Amino acid sequence: MATQSGIYHQTYASDMQLRPTTMQRVRLVLVAALLVIIPFVVDSSTQRLVNTVVIAAIGAIGLNVLVGYTGQISLGQGAFLAIGAYSCGLLQAYLNVPWPIALLAAAFISALLGGLIGLPSLRLKGLYLAVATLAAQQIVDWVIINWDPIDGEINGRATDALRIPGNALFGNADLRLNNNDTLFYIVAAAILVVVAIATTNLFRTHIGRAFVAIRDQDIAAEVMGVNLHRYKVLAFMVSSFIVGIAGALLALQSTAISFERFSLSVSIEYLAMIIIGGLGTVSGSIYGATFIVVLPEVLRSIGRMLTGTDAASLSEFNRVLPFVQEGVFGVVIVATLIIEPEGIQRIWRNIKDYFRLWPFSY
Amino acid sequence: MDPNEVLKFLRLTYTGFSDGALLALIALGLVLVFKSTDVINFAHGEFMLLGGFVGYQLLTITASWGIDPTLGTILSVAALVAAMVIVGTLVERLILRPLIGEQIISVIMVTIGLSSIIDAIVGLAWGTIPQPLPYSIVPAALSGRWQIEMEGARRPLNLPQEAMLTILVVVILVVLLMVFFKRSKYGIAMRATADDQQAAMSMGISIRVVFGLTWSLTAVLAGIAGLLIGELTNAVGGDIPVVGLRAFPVIILGGLDSVAGAIVGGFTIAMLETYASGYIDPSLKNVVPYIALLIILMIKPYGLFGQKRIERV
Repeated sequence: MATQSGIYHQTYASDMQLRPTTMQRVRLVLVAALLVIIPFVVDSSTQRLVNTVVIAAIGAIGLNVLVGYTGQISLGQGAFLAIGAYSCGLLQAYLNVPWPIALLAAAFISALLGGLIGLPSLRLKGLYLAVATLAAQQIVDWVIINWDPIDGEINGRATDALRIPGNALFGNADLRLNNNDTLFYIVAAAILVVVAIATTNLFRTHIGRAFVAIRDQDIAAEVMGVNLHRYKVLAFMVSSFIVGIAGALLALQSTAISFERFSLSVSIEYLAMIIIGGLGTVSGSIYGATFIVVLPEVLRSIGRMLTGTDAASLSEFNRVLPFVQEGVFGVVIVATLIIEPEGIQRIWRNIKDYFRLWPFSY
Repeated sequence: MDPNEVLKFLRLTYTGFSDGALLALIALGLVLVFKSTDVINFAHGEFMLLGGFVGYQLLTITASWGIDPTLGTILSVAALVAAMVIVGTLVERLILRPLIGEQIISVIMVTIGLSSIIDAIVGLAWGTIPQPLPYSIVPAALSGRWQIEMEGARRPLNLPQEAMLTILVVVILVVLLMVFFKRSKYGIAMRATADDQQAAMSMGISIRVVFGLTWSLTAVLAGIAGLLIGELTNAVGGDIPVVGLRAFPVIILGGLDSVAGAIVGGFTIAMLETYASGYIDPSLKNVVPYIALLIILMIKPYGLFGQKRIERV
């Protein structure tokens, strides 16, 4: 990475800054301004899409802590999300817990269960661990489908879905989250900012550095005094704490949740987010989440523009669209891995470097 | 003993046995790839899907020529094998080769991306409605049903003979593979590569050829498995990859790099599934293999027959 010249740190404080250059600070202000402006300028359907992006970004950061930073491959992201979502939903449905407390409790429950799911990582690594987390995914799916208290009913019809009451806060129905997209955005975006800053800083502490050491060479890390067992389980717990928040937000966003939203394909989508965005970076998680959530919508809009409005071409459009979305999803993953394995985050950095050094090449 | 219970046990065992042969066949393809290329192929189920639909298309074409089903089946299977060889070679050349030496997560993700692509292609070409095969590929000798009667039982046991087809196919394929690996030049090259890539290379074995061959072989196995599923379930449809997913506990149980493990694991997992769903609760079918898997991994982290890797830093 090309750095701006003419920066001389004279104090430790300035040396440890996350964003030492003026350009970086300007961009930070721009991003902050964008986050604030969004709810004022977009229509309600776009707002819902933005909310989905924010939830996905939180979940992707959580997964990146585990996969990108600690190197423990997980195919069980859907299970972690489900634990967060159902903890939050059940607390509200049965105990009438106000949503901020349910959200926080869900994160802690997820962290505990995540640590439990992470236990196989003590003896397994690589592909064996990946399939063991697949086991967690299948078992959690099974519990959701077959555990009776979670089977609710919608419009009098028994389903596997759980209804989320979206409790009013302080007796004020306006402070419910699942009927107020703007309020939801404010809450979710604030959480995203906190999670992003906390995660960035986590990897400047000894815990975070231990995670990275485990990723780079676990045996060497152990020799150098990193307690593998402790830090592997801790990585699972930190990761599922963050993912649990994302799951709880998913529950709070909707009026009902069901197991289809936490299936294996969701786990794969999240893995795609961090691969496409960039493994082991917080900004990459956010880029990747945005990309994967927005891509199908963009494809839908392009498709709409290209097809006619008569019934025949509309039905053809509806037949073809899901396959095109899936195919493009696959092509993007494969292309990213072959062309730029470090993802969007690296591409963005290359662009920045190009303009910073322009007209020279280095 | 209650005769009804005896017949139920026989029925479950028979189902588990034929199902196990299918799982073993699928697991075999996964193990072959992992053994020589260190890749776990998450697109194997989609290879099966593709093979099933290509097979369906070939059978439809031969049926339209009006030739005898036996000859038609032979022609179609031969063409299917050729088609899957091309698919396997292309996949290896275009997608897997650029990623040789990359970290595990990249290799996993590239096969997952590939699975999405194949899914989309099959969906666009053949749609989502399950397609019944134009004629049965089961030899006439296996097309009947076995009736086992027992005194005092409510009704006789009625077993479809065609389930034996899977067992027959698996036995033939395993024998062919064994001869291939023991006797042929390429088979020996593949075993050498699986054992030690560096040493194999310095002995003049072309790793590229071996990798291409491995992927072709696994694609052929997957294609045959796909067509078999189409025959056993009476139609090829979008749910074939789900069967492929069931092979993951099998290969982990047996050990990722063990051919014997794939076969033993296939039968073990299938028996567990059938007994659990038959005696305890049908919904357990999907989850029991994974519970067994977790328990076994806790005791033997490299599966039952997997090679323990010694790591140097």
